[in-house]
Amino acid sequence: MPEQLNEALIQVRGLFKVFGNDPASILPKVKEGLSKDNILAATGHTVGLNNINLDIHKGEIFVIMGLSGSGKSTLIRHFNRLIEPTDGRITVEGTDVVSLNTKELEQFRRHKMSMVFQHFGLMPHRTVIENVAYGLMVQGVEKAARTEKAREWLDSVGLAGYEAQYPSQLSGGQQQRVGLARALCTDADILLMDEAFSALDPLIRSEMQDQLIALQERLHKTIIFITHDLDEALRIGDTIAILKDGELSQVGRPVDILLHPADAYVEAFVRDVNRARVLTADVVMQPPACRLTTENLNEALKQMRGEGKDYGYVFDGDDDYKGIITRELIEDEIDKPGINAGLIELAEETPTVQPDTSLEEILPTSLEQPYPVPVVCEDGDFRGVVSRKTMVSVLAGADNGDGKTAAG
Amino acid sequence: MTTESWLTKFPEMERASLVAIRKGLDNAYRDFSRSWGESIEAVFDPLLMFLVWLEKLLLTSPWWLVLAAIVALVYGASRSWRLSLGVVVAFLLIGYFGMWENTMRTMSIITVCTLLSIALGVPIGIAMARSDRARSVITPILDIMQTMPAFVYLIPVVMLLGIGKVPGVIAVVIYAIPPVIRLTNLGIRLVDKEVLEAAAAYGATPWQRLAGVQLPLAMPTIMAGINQTIMMALSMVVIASMIGVKGLGQPVLKSITNQYFTMGLFNGLAIVALAITFDRVSQAYARRTQRHLKGGNDA
Repeated sequence: MPEQLNEALIQVRGLFKVFGNDPASILPKVKEGLSKDNILAATGHTVGLNNINLDIHKGEIFVIMGLSGSGKSTLIRHFNRLIEPTDGRITVEGTDVVSLNTKELEQFRRHKMSMVFQHFGLMPHRTVIENVAYGLMVQGVEKAARTEKAREWLDSVGLAGYEAQYPSQLSGGQQQRVGLARALCTDADILLMDEAFSALDPLIRSEMQDQLIALQERLHKTIIFITHDLDEALRIGDTIAILKDGELSQVGRPVDILLHPADAYVEAFVRDVNRARVLTADVVMQPPACRLTTENLNEALKQMRGEGKDYGYVFDGDDDYKGIITRELIEDEIDKPGINAGLIELAEETPTVQPDTSLEEILPTSLEQPYPVPVVCEDGDFRGVVSRKTMVSVLAGADNGDGKTAAG
Repeated sequence: MTTESWLTKFPEMERASLVAIRKGLDNAYRDFSRSWGESIEAVFDPLLMFLVWLEKLLLTSPWWLVLAAIVALVYGASRSWRLSLGVVVAFLLIGYFGMWENTMRTMSIITVCTLLSIALGVPIGIAMARSDRARSVITPILDIMQTMPAFVYLIPVVMLLGIGKVPGVIAVVIYAIPPVIRLTNLGIRLVDKEVLEAAAAYGATPWQRLAGVQLPLAMPTIMAGINQTIMMALSMVVIASMIGVKGLGQPVLKSITNQYFTMGLFNGLAIVALAITFDRVSQAYARRTQRHLKGGNDA
């Protein structure tokens, strides 16, 4: 989860990009709100980006999502000024990127940001290790030092032993690992990833996504990730910005995008998403219906009757979750002769799920037992329960799911 | 009644004024060459010295030493025994048929012309690739250089510098340089945009991008241009011999005027042998240095 600082690491304010012979003259028209199509028809200029405002926080994976032609690749190239903005401001850690001169920009690109490309952008005439070390070579780092560092990063993306190969001898997935290692090798805090996994086949893609998430847990970079694949965005993004025709449609957490699409465009996108895979227990869970903290059977029975439930969740004195108990079980125990067992002893240990478990994985557990599935952290902390009813309504669609999930 | 109007006859310029223009231009150029000829010649002195030195070196060294050096170069560039053996056979035949000296002269001038074409052509090609304006200026000049009959630009060159090696080299270079310029431009423009972007994104300076990415990636195309330049330079040998460049061209010229069929054929074949040698060696060299582009597991 991102650290939410007050000041965003990267701030984009009023960013405009117009392509054509005389972009500056067209800018007022864009600001007036003339449509992209009208401007193209009247002036032959293409509006690439229209009033983009973004806050990207340190340590988060910020996904910019859009279809082809939406301007997402144009946008990401503004962060390191591979494309010059027509108007607007981009601030990175307080530095105004747009005002940097050539030398300052080179230094900025060398140390602050690195980039991973859709078609890898590897240099075919350099070996894998030379490619990984490229950023350091440009900086003028000595050969022995940069090779050693490159070897470490090559190792951490799982390509040790490929040092002397040329990129063309590697598979697509391996080439992109080289691209990733090259980006990490400069120790830049910010990683720009332009459709980095889009050219890979689905299996390799999800493997790379896992690897990226694993690396991110270790490195805490700030990653700006471009994709046209909403599933990918939802899977790796901490924040998602949806871009359409050069304008932002919505910026928010994956869950917000999924459950509260801002407009018809986003909604159309979200419709085909496999919610069961994206939504996790902590998003849809609710407080348990009947929470039993007493050891006394009669008291528990009374509480159950009071709340009109046939079952309850049992906790010990430390508020640790112990299991589920049914009314029937308590009544049988009371009817038994002799000394009754305690509530905790009687409680039935049922399968639990963790807060980050996806609904897809909860589904089988939930079908096996008649009661809402408890959500318990690794450290034993009880968070809530997921009932079948909640799951059905959330998976069925946003319209009837909204009310319930708001509680989560 | 003969009524001549612009409808029946093309409205030509007055004969007198045409003559005046011709005279004016001719005189102006003659004056220019008289007053500047020597200083311009002086500019080319180092080139002439190098030419003479190379020719002397090839002619005075023992033939087997020269042949050994050529074969060493061929093998070093191509790493092919078959090609090296072919070159040995070709040069032995050339020597046996009495064309060794002329072949050495031609080789020295072709070598100089090629080096000069590369030294001038590659930077011009780079300039063309970097700026569309430069390209729009240079392209028509290249068109003129390639289509203007060589004899036409031989006239002012000879007027300025007289007859001899240097004007020969200039004529050959004018004719042979366009391919290396065009293909350098093309090669650089064809470099994968994403790779170039990657270099820029990691903070490479324009020089680092040119030397580290653009030129190496454009090299196969540039090599094709160099190869074409060598071929065209060789094809100019006969024309260059008309302005006093010694070598295989002169016997060919002599055979044309005297209808010596066999002599023409032999010397022509010697030129072909030289051309094939240059071509195969430069191509084999290019292939060998670009092997990584092919893929496979032959590292």
